[in-house]
Amino acid sequence: MELTLWTYEGPPHVGAMRIASSMKDIHYVLHAPQGDTYADLLFTMIERRGQRPPVTYTTFQARDLGGDTAELVKKNIKEAVERFKPKTLLVGESCTAELIQDQPGALAKGMGFDMPIVNLELPAYSKKENWGASETFYQLTRTLLKEKVSSSDKINPLRWRELGRRPKVNILGPSLLGFRCRDDVIEIQRILSEQGIDTNVVAPLGASPDDIERLIDAEINICLYQEIAEASCEWLKRNFGMEYTNTIPIGIKNTIKFINEVHEKLDLPLTNKEELENKSKLPWYSKSVDSNYLTGKRVFIFGDGTHAIAAAKIAKEELGFEVVGLGTYSREMARQVRATAKDLNVEALITNNYLEVEDAMKKAAPELVLGTQMERHSAKRLGIPCSVISTPMHVQDVPARYSPQMGWEGANVIFDDWVHPLMMGLEEHLIDMFKHDFEFVDGHQSHLGHTATNTNDFLNSEDKKEKNSKEGIIWTESGRAELTKVPFFVRGKVKTNTEKYAILRGIPEISDETLYDAKAYFS
Amino acid sequence: MSKVEFDKETGPREVFCGLTSIVWLHRRMPDAFFLVVGSRTCAHLIQSAAGVMIFAEPRFGTAILEEKDLAGLADAHEELDRVINDLIARRPEIKTLFLVGSCPSEVIKLDLATVAEKLNKRFFGQVRFVNYSGSGIETTFTQGEDGALKALIPLMESSNDEKLLLVGTLANNVEDRFKKIFKNLGISNIESFPPRQSTELPKIGKNTKVLLTQPYLSDTIRDLKHRGCEIISAPFPLGIEGSTKWFLAAAKAFKISELKVHEIISPLINRAKLALDSHKEILKGKRLFLLPESQLEISLARFLHNECEMDLIEVGTPYLNKDLMKEEINLLPDNTKIVEGQHVEKQLDRVRESNPDLVVCGMGLANPLEAEGISTKWSIEMVFSPIHGIDQAADLAGLFSKPLKRNQILTSKTLVTN
Repeated sequence: MELTLWTYEGPPHVGAMRIASSMKDIHYVLHAPQGDTYADLLFTMIERRGQRPPVTYTTFQARDLGGDTAELVKKNIKEAVERFKPKTLLVGESCTAELIQDQPGALAKGMGFDMPIVNLELPAYSKKENWGASETFYQLTRTLLKEKVSSSDKINPLRWRELGRRPKVNILGPSLLGFRCRDDVIEIQRILSEQGIDTNVVAPLGASPDDIERLIDAEINICLYQEIAEASCEWLKRNFGMEYTNTIPIGIKNTIKFINEVHEKLDLPLTNKEELENKSKLPWYSKSVDSNYLTGKRVFIFGDGTHAIAAAKIAKEELGFEVVGLGTYSREMARQVRATAKDLNVEALITNNYLEVEDAMKKAAPELVLGTQMERHSAKRLGIPCSVISTPMHVQDVPARYSPQMGWEGANVIFDDWVHPLMMGLEEHLIDMFKHDFEFVDGHQSHLGHTATNTNDFLNSEDKKEKNSKEGIIWTESGRAELTKVPFFVRGKVKTNTEKYAILRGIPEISDETLYDAKAYFS
Repeated sequence: MSKVEFDKETGPREVFCGLTSIVWLHRRMPDAFFLVVGSRTCAHLIQSAAGVMIFAEPRFGTAILEEKDLAGLADAHEELDRVINDLIARRPEIKTLFLVGSCPSEVIKLDLATVAEKLNKRFFGQVRFVNYSGSGIETTFTQGEDGALKALIPLMESSNDEKLLLVGTLANNVEDRFKKIFKNLGISNIESFPPRQSTELPKIGKNTKVLLTQPYLSDTIRDLKHRGCEIISAPFPLGIEGSTKWFLAAAKAFKISELKVHEIISPLINRAKLALDSHKEILKGKRLFLLPESQLEISLARFLHNECEMDLIEVGTPYLNKDLMKEEINLLPDNTKIVEGQHVEKQLDRVRESNPDLVVCGMGLANPLEAEGISTKWSIEMVFSPIHGIDQAADLAGLFSKPLKRNQILTSKTLVTN
């Protein structure tokens, strides 16, 4: 049993709903009690979808449990098939139905329908949402393509030449409630098309069961989000010999690496190598002199596996930040996150407990947090700027404007989204520096909350007692004057460190010199 | 009783379960913690219903059952013990801990009553434990509050003092208004259940006169009756009419003259009518379809028809307690169609066929209906907004007029030069 106050991921059947809702001509009969219908609002409210998820909840009640819940399942399946006429039916159960073991998938298969039926067994007491989405997409792909396995030769990635056409790829993994998937797909298709590569199928987002059956018309698969698509890509590779890409095209370096990987796999010559560096503004913006102040900014990263790893690389190699913390809630990707963390000399935090993340954030004392919406709240409490890089989804993560994370435009979006909160920090600093100028009236409120002003209270206080530390160490006039000159966002830390140093050395009074002594000691 | 048409429907539903009520109950009693014993689904449901994000460490959580807990029940009890010990160590300020049963805990027959009993002995004088079920196989949405309140009744001491007991969670400001008005009427001893502090439970007995503020408390009322309380029969205090009749019923129970009531509340009524006018202008003659969710539907229908002159197409309700609702049903216009239960697909067919001007529904359905060109008001807002009482009548109407007004604005051209 695990005490959970808030969870990054929903249960696995919500993952299945993400796949079903992303696609066309699919219906999902979910053996579940009425409360489970809450999941609809994730799609209709957070994603602002104008359609209900294609899900029928059997809505069994306590009084049904003594009777025949299996009949209830069959009745709902029959009604759903008649009403929605899906081309493929998904049948599964949520946590409670798993306990009563009606085996709705087997029941559905015995009802004599023509359409393919996917029996989803998603263990609700050990797995979570992303796993459920991955498993559903995999089972669906397998069900729709398994009959073609023996009759098909292995797919030769070079066959597009013999066929006398442009190479074709599938883009696998984008789904509803995935971070900026809608726009990533457009960006990646644009990049591929510029390179003379056609998109065969995008799935699950916008695909129908017919499209899934057409997956094998492509030469290779683009695995866009490992959390969702890796299992399916692996199955397609094993059974049809379809190669798939490993590079996630987030950031300039990995977008270029991704393009190279696709070209190599297709044996397609890369003709515009030099051009690629200039496709995004990120490299130049990062090089331009005003970005000097980004150097060594301490950044704390937490999110799903794909986005956390990508963020770490961009932060370190493309923006020149220092990564002081890296973690993920995706247990399935813990190994990769740990490897990246090792490269960066930090310890990876693998947890589903947001309070642990907040704790680690506090300890790491970052200047910028890249996280989920939950880290945004934690960072706000700590007075640290934050940019959101990962699910779980919030209505703000579905912006009206085009704003991918992947490819060239994704890199532009990332530069703006990560640097602007920091610039607000710089602005705070300037406001603080100029606060004695007459243009600045009293009571200027911080954009970053009130944490930053704690030491101001200390400095401005007329009360002599408040000018001493809790341990009774006295701050002299010169010590206080020097502390005023320290930028506000590190002032708290400087104050604590100096007092710590004074205690360590048995210094009763802190002067300006003590500040410099402490600075040297701790650097 | 007016000639109201009753119908019953079963099938797939689109309704929250009773766990959802934790969202307002934990705010009402800041010294209580609500621990759901359930699955990841339960945790995800509450955080999604609570407005997606939590801004601090919340006073509710879920002890998530894992595979190993399901293997043997003895384990599950020990595990729950461990979780609760950790929780109490972490949150020493908690005075009452609600153990809330869920669908999975009910199905595996986890005996939370016994767990609570043991814990009450162990933590005697420090934390009180009560248990109830918020499971979706037994309760819908607001019914969770019924379970929580019923679970507190055995902890309430007996007293024969004469008092008015308001039963059902109210927004604090509304509660204060009500108390002031009752005091002006001459009722001095007024208490609320649930109280603002879980440890300050009202004492009850044969001179306790219970006035319901919410229409979803069937079990609570039954148990209060068993404790000797007198239940005042009245419509619910939504809108001017409902609130007036509610005050009158209370006054009658305390032998206060109608004249006195009218004297005190007439200025309020006049003021409220004035405020209501602009909303009525928008709502008048518009056709309303209420899907079942909050259990407030019948009272809302009565208010929106009688005071805002809307036409009622269909009034859905998750379940119907005709006895509890009789005062409300009496006030409904003839031929009102009340449908108990739900078959969401068939009901949506009827929504589309009847082409309503406004549909009251859950959050899962609102945007899809909007996308079809049907204006909606999501019902969860009714349980989070202060809507009770005469002073709030216009605000209540505003919840329904706003979507219509917005539509009007967005579909008309107002800038002449541009």
